[in-house]
Amino acid sequence: MTVPTRVLGWLATLGLAAGLVVAFGVAPREVTQGNVQRIMYVHVPAVWVAYLAFTVVFAASVAHLWTRSPAADRVAAASTEVGVVFLGINIVTGSIWGKPTWGTWWTWDARLTSVTVVFLMYLGYLMLRRMTDDPERGARYAAVLGTLAAPSIYLVHTSVYWWRTLHQPPSLLKAGSATMPAVFWMAILVNFAALGLLAAYFVLRRMDLLRREQEALA
Amino acid sequence: MSYARRAWIVLWKDLVTERRSREALNALLFFSLLLLFVFQFALGDRERLLAVLPGLLWLGFVLSGLVGLGRAFLAERENDCWEGLVLAPGDKSAIYLGKLAGNLLLMLVVEAMLIALFTVFFGVELGGALGPLAVVLALGTLGFAAVGTLFAAMTSQVRARELLFPVLLLPVQVPVLLGAVKATEAVLAGEPLAGVAHWLKLLAAADVVYVTVGVLTFEVLLEP
Repeated sequence: MTVPTRVLGWLATLGLAAGLVVAFGVAPREVTQGNVQRIMYVHVPAVWVAYLAFTVVFAASVAHLWTRSPAADRVAAASTEVGVVFLGINIVTGSIWGKPTWGTWWTWDARLTSVTVVFLMYLGYLMLRRMTDDPERGARYAAVLGTLAAPSIYLVHTSVYWWRTLHQPPSLLKAGSATMPAVFWMAILVNFAALGLLAAYFVLRRMDLLRREQEALA
Repeated sequence: MSYARRAWIVLWKDLVTERRSREALNALLFFSLLLLFVFQFALGDRERLLAVLPGLLWLGFVLSGLVGLGRAFLAERENDCWEGLVLAPGDKSAIYLGKLAGNLLLMLVVEAMLIALFTVFFGVELGGALGPLAVVLALGTLGFAAVGTLFAAMTSQVRARELLFPVLLLPVQVPVLLGAVKATEAVLAGEPLAGVAHWLKLLAAADVVYVTVGVLTFEVLLEP
């Protein structure tokens, strides 16, 4: 493990600790939802990190198609795995939050549905990699899929949003709806930074493993 | 040889093979007929069937599309003609467009057949809806076939391809399916296309994105 990776790992650990303190210690108990609302401090940053990872997948996939660089492929492969894990965390925490709040584990709500479709799309990407015998060919195929997936995310979100016109409006990142107190925002951003560092650390570790795998096979 | 001519030769080759063997078309028509029975057994009576008609139509298109498109590169792979495609001179995206045109034709024929079967077996009245329906069918099928052709080339070279093809294709096709079903719903209800213009625009946008990605990346898939 290189020194920067090690430092990143420790920063992520510190960040996660700070995130816990902020989420449970600093942020007050929300009036209507109670303590269940605190799950938002993992739920929301997790999806941001996942979509950030998928942006990296897109850039790395295009770079691999362009240059055929094995390093770009490792970035794409590692980021997809990490993105899928964080999106999984987002879906599961959403479900756990939904049970006491909406009274159901699952509902065909617009964002729930579209995020899960995206999740399945990238699971397919991981399956494609696993089922291609020649690793070099697997990298090429995955790069094509990684490129196609990015505009597909946008199309999936738009179409599912229109399909479910009875959506609840996004609670965050919407112009003119700054109703959330600053302390909640702060708790979300601290956890976003922590999960972002953790994801970057995972990606670097995974890339390192992939490089060793490829060297061992070569 | 010009780009269009190379695309045309690929299409012509597939059409001739299909005309002589009638493999895909015969099996797909038979498959569509069987689907009607499945729908009838699952839903029971005509009222319920008509209530979900747009969804059923597209379910039929998608299922026959999955069966039909998955084998798009089977002939090349089984007869060792993949090298022939690789060695073809010039820009390889011409091969993609030729294959796409063949798949599009195949799917449109099967869709027309399915619609005819629906009108006969379930007494569906299409009347004046046929024209707008054709627009929706063309837009939806192009998107489906564009990604389907690309993924068929991809999965023809991997293990468990019959399994992987639908698993990769269906999530990506969610926008096309939603748009196509919503637009078909409006058309069958006798509403003008203008009412679902946003869905048609989404379908068109998806078509443009998918065909563009296919044209740009197909050469990468063709490499041995």
